Amino acid sequence: MKYAYYPGCSLESTAREYDLSAQAVCQSLGIELKEMHDWSCCGASSGHSTNYMLSHALAARNLAIAEKEGLDIAVACPACFLRLKHTRHAMMNSDELKAQMAESIGSRCEATSDISHLLDIVCNKVGIDTVKTKVTKPLSRLKVASYYGCFLVRPPKVVTFDDPENPQSMDILMDSLGADAVDWSGKVDCCGGSLALTRRDIVIKLVGELMNVAKGAGAEAIVTACPLCQANLDSRQGKDTLPVFYFTELMGLAMGLQGPKSWFKKHLVNPSGLLKSHGLL
Amino acid sequence: MSLRRWGINTIEFIDQPGSQTADSAFSQKVRELSRSDLDRCYQCLTCSLGCPVAFAMDYRPNQVMRMVQLGQKQKLLESSTIWICAGCETCVTRCPNEVNILGVMDTLREMALREKVEGKEKVIPTFHQTFLYPVEKLGKQYELGMLLLLKLRTKDFFSDLGLGMKMFARRKLKLFPSKIKASKEMKTIFEKTRGV
Repeated sequence: MKYAYYPGCSLESTAREYDLSAQAVCQSLGIELKEMHDWSCCGASSGHSTNYMLSHALAARNLAIAEKEGLDIAVACPACFLRLKHTRHAMMNSDELKAQMAESIGSRCEATSDISHLLDIVCNKVGIDTVKTKVTKPLSRLKVASYYGCFLVRPPKVVTFDDPENPQSMDILMDSLGADAVDWSGKVDCCGGSLALTRRDIVIKLVGELMNVAKGAGAEAIVTACPLCQANLDSRQGKDTLPVFYFTELMGLAMGLQGPKSWFKKHLVNPSGLLKSHGLL
Repeated sequence: MSLRRWGINTIEFIDQPGSQTADSAFSQKVRELSRSDLDRCYQCLTCSLGCPVAFAMDYRPNQVMRMVQLGQKQKLLESSTIWICAGCETCVTRCPNEVNILGVMDTLREMALREKVEGKEKVIPTFHQTFLYPVEKLGKQYELGMLLLLKLRTKDFFSDLGLGMKMFARRKLKLFPSKIKASKEMKTIFEKTRGV
């Protein structure tokens, strides 16, 4: 199972622990992640918020690279995932856009490479049964709230992954690791995304509401698949904090891989107390 | 779910005659650029009720749809709403008539920038443009440089300084930028799409 790996800019900086844990987990599961040659930024929210054609061209450049490499794409960051998905979806429905993209990026791209998020690959291509065989240190019923955020599951026609209102993939994955995924209503509620740098008041309110719902459902930690969600929840939750993990970090921990301690050092909310109380660290 | 929870006390429509001249060319342009049949909107309010940031908007998403139909260009391009929209696509997912509400918001934002309209929300558009600067020059995001440039441009030097230090101490912010090999391609992409 080989993919052109598109980590995205965050995984080289604010979400370094996501990149390290994702690579370790994929290697252990036999997923070969070949980093896409000379990939560039997808433009994120700022691309589509300011220039429609630019946002597609930034994504199309990366689609063209994967196409030349003859590989489907594995994406770690849901924001990048949705940008690439949107552009592929739009190009497949418009020959005019394909022609415009060829002009903008200087090479023809047919948008043939499929795009999957790592969570989809782990849950549906590798499969939960295979994941279970790799678990050596079950997560001792650690109560986690699976937080999908926006871009993994919306809009359903474009992302074609899981349910847009009540997704289950990460919950099933967490249960298979020996954790206890709590049922809660915040799964796909927005954290405010990039407003964290411009309208902190909005993000603090949204994150506060999410944390209250998670705590009310009995969660001891949040688990996410998105660098932006992780950063916002980790940094803006105020007092009485809950640790916020990437799903790959908890997988690495349950699979007994090398590295979790160094990944967790990068968190703002230190998770070691909670993990020690469950005998996991 | 109560309407009040989202700060919607009364359902108001912004179509008082005479309040602003209807700009039908504007309405038509938004229809085309957003690639959305926004006349299908029948004001069910699903978008505004599900919108996580509606509480912070001056016009709610359903009102924006009506205002576009009525050609209220100036009010829309100056509104805080177009910048507050976080692009979460909840409205797009739930709209029973498949109106591309986010597409409309993106179109309005792009129009406001192209026409250099000074709106109520100044920091968010500056952020987006600042975010794209390292992308254009380097091909990748460079958080530390982008944040410093944003501080210079918004003259807001002190907020989140403590948070920034914590991130830096955990090596979550790289000191030096990385640059893609084909950075010339980025220059071309930005140039070719600027005028389109």
